[in-house]
Amino acid sequence: MQTQTILHSTPDVRAVLAAAMPSGAMEVTVGIDLGSTTTKAILLDTSGQIVGRGITNSRSNYEVAAAVAREEALTAVRFSLLGRVLESAGQAAQQLAEPLTEAFRLELYMGELAALRSEILGLLEKPGHAAHRAALQPAAEAVLDKMAQTASSLFGPGAGRKSDFFRDLAGAAYVAEAEALANVKGSGVPFERLVGLYDRAILDVETRLESRDFGVLLEKAAMHVLPVGERASWLREVVRAVGSSRIAEVAFVGTGYGRQTLPFPKETVRSEILCHGRGAHRIFPGTRTVLDIGGQDTKGIQVDDGGVVTSFQMNDRCAAGCGRYLGYIADELNLGLHELGPLALQAKKQVRVNSTCTVFAGAELRDRLALGQRREDILAGLHRAIMLRAMSILARSGGISDQFTFTGGVCNNPMAVKVLRELVAQTYGENITVNTHSSSIYMGALGASMYALDDHHAGRGGILPTFAQG
Amino acid sequence: MSSSDFVSQVAPIKAADPCGALLQRCRTLVEDHELNHVKQWKAANPGAFVMGHMPIYAPRALVEAQGGLAVAVFGGGEEVDIIRGDSYFQSYICHIPRSTIELGLGGQLDVLDGMMFPSICDVIRNLGGMWKILFPNKYSAYVDLPQNFAQGIGGKFYAHELGRIAEEMHKFGAQKLEPEKLRQAMRDENLRRAAIGKLDELRRTEPHRCLASEAYLLVRAGGGLLAKEHAAMIEEFVLAAKKRDTRPRDNVRVVLVGAFCEQAPVDLIRALEKAGCDIVDDDFQLGMRMIEGDLDAEAEDPLLALAMGFIKKGAAVASRYIADEVKGKSLIDKVKASKADGVIFAAASFCDPALLDQPMLEVAMDEAKIPHTSFKYAENTGQFQVIREQAGAFSDAVKLWGQVE
Amino acid sequence: MADRPSKDAPAPNKDDSQKRQKDMIADHFDKLSRSKADGKKVVYTFVPGNLTELLLALDLLPVLPEINALQSGMRKKSGGYIAEAEKAGHSEDVCTYVKCDIGMIKSGNIGPTGQKLPEPDLLLLSYTGCFTFLKWFELLQHEYNCPVVMLHVPYQPDGVATPAMREYIVEQLENEVIPALEKLAGKKLDYDELSRRLALSRIAEDDLVAVWESAKHTPSPIDGYFGGVYYIGPIFSSFRGSQDAIDYYRLLRAEVEERIRLGQGPTTPDGRMDEQKYRLVVEGPPNWTSFNDFWHMFSKEQAVVCASTYTRVGGLYDQGFRHDPSQPLESLADYCLGCYTNLGLPSRIDLIEKYVREYNADGFLINSVKSCNSFSAGQLLILREIEKRTGVPGGFIESDLVDPRYFGKANIENRVQSFLQMLDARKTRMINAPMRSGPAVHV
Repeated sequence: MQTQTILHSTPDVRAVLAAAMPSGAMEVTVGIDLGSTTTKAILLDTSGQIVGRGITNSRSNYEVAAAVAREEALTAVRFSLLGRVLESAGQAAQQLAEPLTEAFRLELYMGELAALRSEILGLLEKPGHAAHRAALQPAAEAVLDKMAQTASSLFGPGAGRKSDFFRDLAGAAYVAEAEALANVKGSGVPFERLVGLYDRAILDVETRLESRDFGVLLEKAAMHVLPVGERASWLREVVRAVGSSRIAEVAFVGTGYGRQTLPFPKETVRSEILCHGRGAHRIFPGTRTVLDIGGQDTKGIQVDDGGVVTSFQMNDRCAAGCGRYLGYIADELNLGLHELGPLALQAKKQVRVNSTCTVFAGAELRDRLALGQRREDILAGLHRAIMLRAMSILARSGGISDQFTFTGGVCNNPMAVKVLRELVAQTYGENITVNTHSSSIYMGALGASMYALDDHHAGRGGILPTFAQG
Repeated sequence: MSSSDFVSQVAPIKAADPCGALLQRCRTLVEDHELNHVKQWKAANPGAFVMGHMPIYAPRALVEAQGGLAVAVFGGGEEVDIIRGDSYFQSYICHIPRSTIELGLGGQLDVLDGMMFPSICDVIRNLGGMWKILFPNKYSAYVDLPQNFAQGIGGKFYAHELGRIAEEMHKFGAQKLEPEKLRQAMRDENLRRAAIGKLDELRRTEPHRCLASEAYLLVRAGGGLLAKEHAAMIEEFVLAAKKRDTRPRDNVRVVLVGAFCEQAPVDLIRALEKAGCDIVDDDFQLGMRMIEGDLDAEAEDPLLALAMGFIKKGAAVASRYIADEVKGKSLIDKVKASKADGVIFAAASFCDPALLDQPMLEVAMDEAKIPHTSFKYAENTGQFQVIREQAGAFSDAVKLWGQVE
Repeated sequence: MADRPSKDAPAPNKDDSQKRQKDMIADHFDKLSRSKADGKKVVYTFVPGNLTELLLALDLLPVLPEINALQSGMRKKSGGYIAEAEKAGHSEDVCTYVKCDIGMIKSGNIGPTGQKLPEPDLLLLSYTGCFTFLKWFELLQHEYNCPVVMLHVPYQPDGVATPAMREYIVEQLENEVIPALEKLAGKKLDYDELSRRLALSRIAEDDLVAVWESAKHTPSPIDGYFGGVYYIGPIFSSFRGSQDAIDYYRLLRAEVEERIRLGQGPTTPDGRMDEQKYRLVVEGPPNWTSFNDFWHMFSKEQAVVCASTYTRVGGLYDQGFRHDPSQPLESLADYCLGCYTNLGLPSRIDLIEKYVREYNADGFLINSVKSCNSFSAGQLLILREIEKRTGVPGGFIESDLVDPRYFGKANIENRVQSFLQMLDARKTRMINAPMRSGPAVHV
């Protein structure tokens, strides 16, 4: 996928970089939000602009998750630096940014794939697999070979990946190839075992920490993308300069679910309530009330005109009405979480559901289905029941009187948003602005990074932990 | 309109039923959360005082004696969406105060000039205090029912308490309390009690002519009616019900206990009936028949007589301290009087009085060899599948158990 | 500073007064364990509205099941006891003090000192501010089959103790309670002895008030909640109206005054807290099963509680009430009427507002316990009202008295920290004025 490009000018790379980094290094503050399902990182430059973000699955190892999200955000920072330099060289150069990013991601993917291969082959050496090794090993290798051959289709401008997580991408490809292999008549390929290998191996691949040399990877990626010809040397210089430029993490704040278990030093930890409130306020500066519905809890937050929390309420011990409830329902119906909302939108009428008890969710659902009620209608009722709970928590925290922002995983559910808008209008009037944002999942990390910036300005920036090393 | 999908499937009121129209009227009254019938009454009686009250028991005669109308506020059932109500109560508190606050803040109780909060439990007591803060322009009275049952002590105290409430109601616009008017109101109260007595009698002797779910509607519908009108309505029903051509069913006879405050949804009662239980006695809307017998309406000092009605004839409910009697005796008497086969303990979730009482009553039932089962509900419970199965199993077991015995 | 305190954290309060209290309690339980042999009669009763002077005047020994239950909580026994009671048919929805007590009885009735508690000869049901008391003693009567005498203390919905209320209580005392106690004691009540005891109570009450009010100093020499629950021990239980109580409170007051002189803070699980970053007012009882962990969440952040309502359940002495030897029964009646949980919600809000202002608090926190509806029902309105009236931020956490299942440590700590950080952020904001909010950005 090499690109032919004519560059109109080739500004002095060092000068452009120096302008972007007067101190000789890119100074950033780091905010990490360790959630129960995903871990997010946001980096701000010292003027408060977002320069990088990263996200990964939290899984079981918080330290690794924090390290991966941070690494990804740092990568993003370099890409934003790269963007600035290319921008200075005009539109044509600027258009190189996306292919370069995609090629870089492909390099990362290939690296992880190699790790997956060695993990799987390692597993096959174990005595437990002795009986099936003969059938499994060639099959697994064939699957992995195929994955490597087709990997490039996942990347490139407009590739439309379903996810940016290696687990999801590789998992989908692996299962597809394994299925194809197993479906060949007489192949004797044990599909379940093959998939079992992946499930086991991915855990180790995910929690494997590899120090990533951005410069080396970027240069590799550039080989595939950069134009040939006279101007290429300038571009290679850009790549090298960006790859080796220094990024200084000057302050750090960590937040997230179960902060007691976070791998952060005590003085760098901020409550996710404060962080969510501040982050949401940053995106929508008119916000005075924030509702965050995450996997484990629901928070109603009031903030002042500077984004500082003035009061908050969370769901009590009972988890009724949290994202987890929708998870149970999805499991019960054998649906993906993201399918619930669109399905509920198709309801013809809303079944009245009064209980949002997670313990009884399954039983209630089965009873109602047994009574012949439509799945869509029940789902509509369930969404309404959950949002009623959220409305109560909001009311507890002081209600809504001005601009209102809905964040958290559940805000990506269109039915939840629809019901919430209706209830807000019904309870607090039609004039309330209700904000939602596709990237609302980053609000906590953004707020954390802002608090880090405060600390930096106050001369007491918290030190970034190194996290687990490889 | 009942919105529960379940109801519309199982409980049409038959047009040919001689009680049909009356029951429909009752249902309309019970589901009138906007209190339109009370608004109409107030419009027809300008300046009259309308006094709401929480369960279990409130001195309704006092309100009527002062030219007012007492209105039972027994929560919002399953019809009311709870938003603001939930914002005031933790998850471990029962449901009735939530829906009551929701109705209050939603303006549905605006027609009430005051509210009485009888001493049922700490939740209802504190709700009274919340009411004072949330509705500072309305009269709000805590009715401290005595737990000392000597005339000269508890009786005197309660009579004084009633006098205080009468005076305060007067200050808020009710007529001044006059002895003869109180006597008349007590006579009317006696009429209501007598009518309910006939209804109870009909349920005991011919349960197929009057289902518990119907009696429930009839008694609850009178929550916002004058005692005399309510009495007439019940009398009318009893006469009509005797003309019904329904046939006796092969059901077990049960006494239901524990549902005196937060009311069970009427569909839950129907679910029990569907499961083969004739509920021949219960403590739904206990307050309407809390005084077991007549008030002394001809007494020299009617205020003391009203107080002594509660002191001497008040039913043994869980919120009342049972001083001299053996725990559970009253329930055993009820079971015997109604020839019941067993007892169903049905308490609202988180109902302190009912749930703290229950273990003692269960022991008493065991000792008296009366079969029993128990479940919890909330006024907005929408699903009765489990309860119906449980009640069905219980009724089968009671039948078998009866044969074995 | 250890982040994870210590399941076996040393007893946080090691002051001399604390040791003295421990000895007093040990002595009392000794007496109880010998009571049958000594021919002494034992009366079970409740903390709010307790009639200790009356019992002592008749030479009767009080047992307070609430205290036993909280002790069982602190000794990590309550979980098993509650399970025992629930197995016997008690609902999971109801008060865990009751279930803990029932479970303890069913497990041999071993008290906090490891000695067996004597069975009650009488249950004195002082029905003051808590509906559950009524059922609790009905249940105990079921267990012990002993006489019960009821004292119904009317509630103060408007914060006013009327003459009719007082009369009602005095009449119950004269006609029912005292005769029943006299019958049990086998002797007539000596009113002079009662008055003498009430006079002793006053002295200790004065000293306790001085201790409470010491928290108006900065730094506060006491913690008025976590430390406060130790300070109320003697006066809320079996010692009011005794010389022991006088000695204890004199010692305690002296310690506190010495700390004021030296500018010292109270002893906490994190050592002496001289630096105090936050001053709080707390409403609601503490959790007992993880008491030290709970306290540690505050002390490690240098948060001191300067006033609390829980420490007023056994009497609002700091609002002026004193036992009065010149009118003993009326004075007992007024005492019962005035306990914190016997006050209507509006009065409770007024009192908390007063504490927030008088003690110059930075924050107001509610610990809402599942067991106690008397405290809990309406607390969310209290929170809102206090914030509205004082502008001081409120926080809300939930736990239980003695049910370990309801102490979600991570969850509670999360809220406590969020609350304290919110106070911090708001303080910083007030000092540094506008925060850098910046224009809207795109993530």
